[in-house]
Amino acid sequence: MGAYLTRRFLLMMLTLFGMSILIFVMLRLVPGNVADILVDSAGIADPKEKAKIAAELGLDQPIFDQYLHWISGLSRGDLGFAYVSERPAIEEIGPRIPISAKLAGLALFFSVILGVPLGVISAVRQNTGLDYFLRILSLSGLSLPSFWLGLLILMASVQWFGMIPIYTNEPRSFIDEVLLLSIPAAAVGFRSSALIMRLTRSSMLEVLRQDYIRTARSKGASQTSVNYEHALRNALLPVVTIIGIEAAFLVGGLIVTETVFNIPGVARFLVEAILWRDYPIVQNLVMLIAFIVVVVNFLVDMAYMALDPRIKFAD
Amino acid sequence: MAIINHEAELARAGANVSSTRGQILFLARRYPLGAVGALIVLLFIFTAVFANFIAPMDPTTTNAKASLAKPGSVYWLGADFMGRDMFSRIVYGARISLAVGAGATLLGGVLGVAIGLMSGYLGGWFDLATQRVMDIMQSLPLLVMALVMAASLGPSLENTIIAIAIPLVPSVARVVRSSTLSLREQPFVEAARAVGMGEVRIAVRHVLPNTLAPLIVLATAQLGSAILTEASLSFLGLGIPEPYPSWGRMLSESAAEYVRTAPWLVIFPGVAISLTVFGTNLLGDALRDILDPRQRT
Repeated sequence: MGAYLTRRFLLMMLTLFGMSILIFVMLRLVPGNVADILVDSAGIADPKEKAKIAAELGLDQPIFDQYLHWISGLSRGDLGFAYVSERPAIEEIGPRIPISAKLAGLALFFSVILGVPLGVISAVRQNTGLDYFLRILSLSGLSLPSFWLGLLILMASVQWFGMIPIYTNEPRSFIDEVLLLSIPAAAVGFRSSALIMRLTRSSMLEVLRQDYIRTARSKGASQTSVNYEHALRNALLPVVTIIGIEAAFLVGGLIVTETVFNIPGVARFLVEAILWRDYPIVQNLVMLIAFIVVVVNFLVDMAYMALDPRIKFAD
Repeated sequence: MAIINHEAELARAGANVSSTRGQILFLARRYPLGAVGALIVLLFIFTAVFANFIAPMDPTTTNAKASLAKPGSVYWLGADFMGRDMFSRIVYGARISLAVGAGATLLGGVLGVAIGLMSGYLGGWFDLATQRVMDIMQSLPLLVMALVMAASLGPSLENTIIAIAIPLVPSVARVVRSSTLSLREQPFVEAARAVGMGEVRIAVRHVLPNTLAPLIVLATAQLGSAILTEASLSFLGLGIPEPYPSWGRMLSESAAEYVRTAPWLVIFPGVAISLTVFGTNLLGDALRDILDPRQRT
């Protein structure tokens, strides 16, 4: 157990280290650096001025030194300075994290309360009209681009309420904020709920075929008791995994949805920073996302071990 | 070595047919949703291939007088801000979606098969190192990875295909690797070795064909995600550049503002993306049921 944990932890660090090299090199392949963009937008064509800006940003140093500088800063909690705003990157990124975290939390909440019950219903009523309808619904959830779903929601609210529910001012109260975020959260969560529903369905069907379910039935347990007490409990294990993984992968959906609804979260900020070639922001945000994904995977493995007594890792 | 024995599979499913037409009809009856998916995918491919015959107008010709024209007899699905015919742009957009979707799936598939086959077949440090690289690549969501790749390569059709293909590689490599690991120990591989076949030839002729069934299932699923990712990238302004008519970019041009004034510019490109991806998903589900009994839901 202890050895397994240590190995798993070291692998996690190795993955993050690899990611830091990958992202650093990839960003430096970009044609046109931030100095060019800043200079062009300011209308300066003087090469001396340009070289001065590049020197200020440390872009004239060897790439290896730049990498060391970034990593040593990162280990001390110093993320460097954003090129565009010239403020410390942590001040730019920090305040945006809670907004995205709330949005992701709400989206996950929607996807679980929709996905799990509908998946169970679909499995219990296998091959009925209701099952077909729910399966088509979940497949369409996987097929609709979430930015388009967001745009459709905007369109409907213009049509019916005469207003656009996008993020303009800082919401005044917690309730206001939840209301404002719940619409984009539903747009993001629809896709995850479809995934969760499909997995719950197939996992339930798998369990319902087991011998102990037949035993329970033959002992005279009621349909409800068989479905919920015997089957669902055992079927939920793989579902917990997918919920964990989805929690980390919601970021993809957040990127487009924050853009559509004008939400000042980290995901939209990543796109802006990429368009601006703002390396300190991009590399730190990508590392943040990779960190979340890797840690969540680790936690899911731990949860698996705790939930399923059959799984024991040999030392 | 038979790979997928269609006759046996059909007989097992209870089909009593011999002609190709009979087989197709049997499968269509047995998997009605899959048949609908196949029809949608065929329609999509047909539209992409014959776009120049189907589209009534040139998708890039602008016409100031037709700016934001409503759907009607001349502009069936309306016209955009620059007066370009939406119907023609959507028809030509199928070409971009097919090119990026099929291109990225194929490129990711070829790279993934090569890496997975080598990784599973050679084993040892090569396998270990490759698996770690795959771990690293999978620690970012598809869209985030594609976004960074697209930004570092620059906007063009080829680069968009590469940017989407690379993040697809790890899952293909994993599937091929795990099949290869179990196939490597099979008697028919030993037999091939015993008759003096070279290792590369064994890997390509005997091991690879047997990984085909899960690969086809995975590729269909990836086709859908590739099309969705292209649409998202183009929507964010990091995908296909002008003047190609990409469904995703049509939505970014027309986004928030036209929600009020010209809803047709928002509705139709989205319907095109969703319908196409829906078709590939339906087809993918049916193919999984037919080809991969272990994953059957």
